[in-house]
Amino acid sequence: MDVNFIQNYYPLYVEAAKMTITISFIGIVLSLVIGLICSMIKALKIPVLGKVVNIYIEVSRNTPLLIQLFFLYFGLPKLGIVFSSETCAIIGLSFLGGSYMAEAFRTGIDNVASIQMESGLSLGFTKGQVFRHIILPQAVATSIPVLCANIIFLIKETSVFSAVALADLMFVAKDLIGIYYKTDEALFMLVLSYLAILLPVSLICTWVERRVRYAGFGNTSAVSGN
Amino acid sequence: MKKQEEILKVEHLIKSYENGKPVLNDLSFSLNKGEVVVIVGPSGCGKSTFLRCLNMLEPIDSGKIIFKDQPISRSEKNAHEIRQKIGMVFQSYELFPHKTIMGNIMMAPLKVQKRNKKEVEQAEQQLLERVGLLDKKDAYPRQLSGGQKQRVAIVRALIMNPEILLLDEITAALDPEMVREVLQVVLELAREGMTMVIVTHEMEFAKAVADRVLFLDQGVVVEESRPAEFFNHPETERAQQFLNTFHYDAIE
Repeated sequence: MDVNFIQNYYPLYVEAAKMTITISFIGIVLSLVIGLICSMIKALKIPVLGKVVNIYIEVSRNTPLLIQLFFLYFGLPKLGIVFSSETCAIIGLSFLGGSYMAEAFRTGIDNVASIQMESGLSLGFTKGQVFRHIILPQAVATSIPVLCANIIFLIKETSVFSAVALADLMFVAKDLIGIYYKTDEALFMLVLSYLAILLPVSLICTWVERRVRYAGFGNTSAVSGN
Repeated sequence: MKKQEEILKVEHLIKSYENGKPVLNDLSFSLNKGEVVVIVGPSGCGKSTFLRCLNMLEPIDSGKIIFKDQPISRSEKNAHEIRQKIGMVFQSYELFPHKTIMGNIMMAPLKVQKRNKKEVEQAEQQLLERVGLLDKKDAYPRQLSGGQKQRVAIVRALIMNPEILLLDEITAALDPEMVREVLQVVLELAREGMTMVIVTHEMEFAKAVADRVLFLDQGVVVEESRPAEFFNHPETERAQQFLNTFHYDAIE
């Protein structure tokens, strides 16, 4: 293992990590937004949009991210639509993540007894208000473990972005291997970089899960309806 | 006799389930202000469904529900405004588990009725004190017993100042010793002139609280009379049979 090499080139990894983190962050936030909107459309059983959401979820979950990216990066320009690598990466990640988040929220929403909706309605809330103030907070609490797993999954998925020439961690590692043939060092730093990003995320997730559980809403406190 | 003001009226209500089986079959009913009507009947006779129709929680096939001379329907834009005036308490309490007792009670007055926070807080304290649960206001629902939860649910409905209160088997999920503490609250409300429609299996309670008893069987009103008459001299055979199921003979 060439320590000098690592010393010389680790700044490249720091730069690339920033890129990976930025794209992940934007992608995950957008995924959560898309997921929330989709799950809301499904929960409130909005007629036409519900079908559209179903189609989206199936397409998104049943095609690999790499193929989605190729479509965005190499396919669309043929139709005159050109996106930068970054835009492709963000669109791709949100498109994939949106469906996963939607399913996570849906599980949480399904977990809240439907009579809670009626209970809210009987107090004069509108359906939207019940969803926002009563269903969603309970649903999110139960969804958190799955949401966290999705976040980690999406960060890991970013490793395919080098395929559309995004200068992320994987890209740098492949580049260095190509130029200097220092496979061991380059891959070692790649693993370390991903760990450095993912371990803290994982710890934060565990912490949040525990907090939500101790706050007392979520599974343990759900009142059984009939 | 004082002049009676009709507050709720149901005309020829028909409701069937998705499989086409009728639940409520041409049911008509009227409720006066200040009146307590108790609905009894065998399980599956449609009494809970009927109550849920009154609060527009169930779609109906045909017929009319008229609240203060105004036909109401769940598809109308103002359904949520009408519901503020028709409170409902469920068998399974349905408190919101992510909110404290205070949060549960104050949510609707603040967010739906946009009332002043101070005023709501005062009303809340008064009501909680009345049902003996003021010390629980910062607790979460899961920390309360069934009877306590149900009393909170009643307070949560009352704080909206409803004109009618619908009680759907509110003691059916409770341990026997907790039934009393809940029914006591309802009895007091009745004494104060609250208009209520109550579905219950507690016959002694029904006898004590009702101004009028409706006996429902297979989706139709079989008998409608004053409690004394209904419980002592039921007119129809079906009502007699039903009431007999509450008596046990000693084993010899």
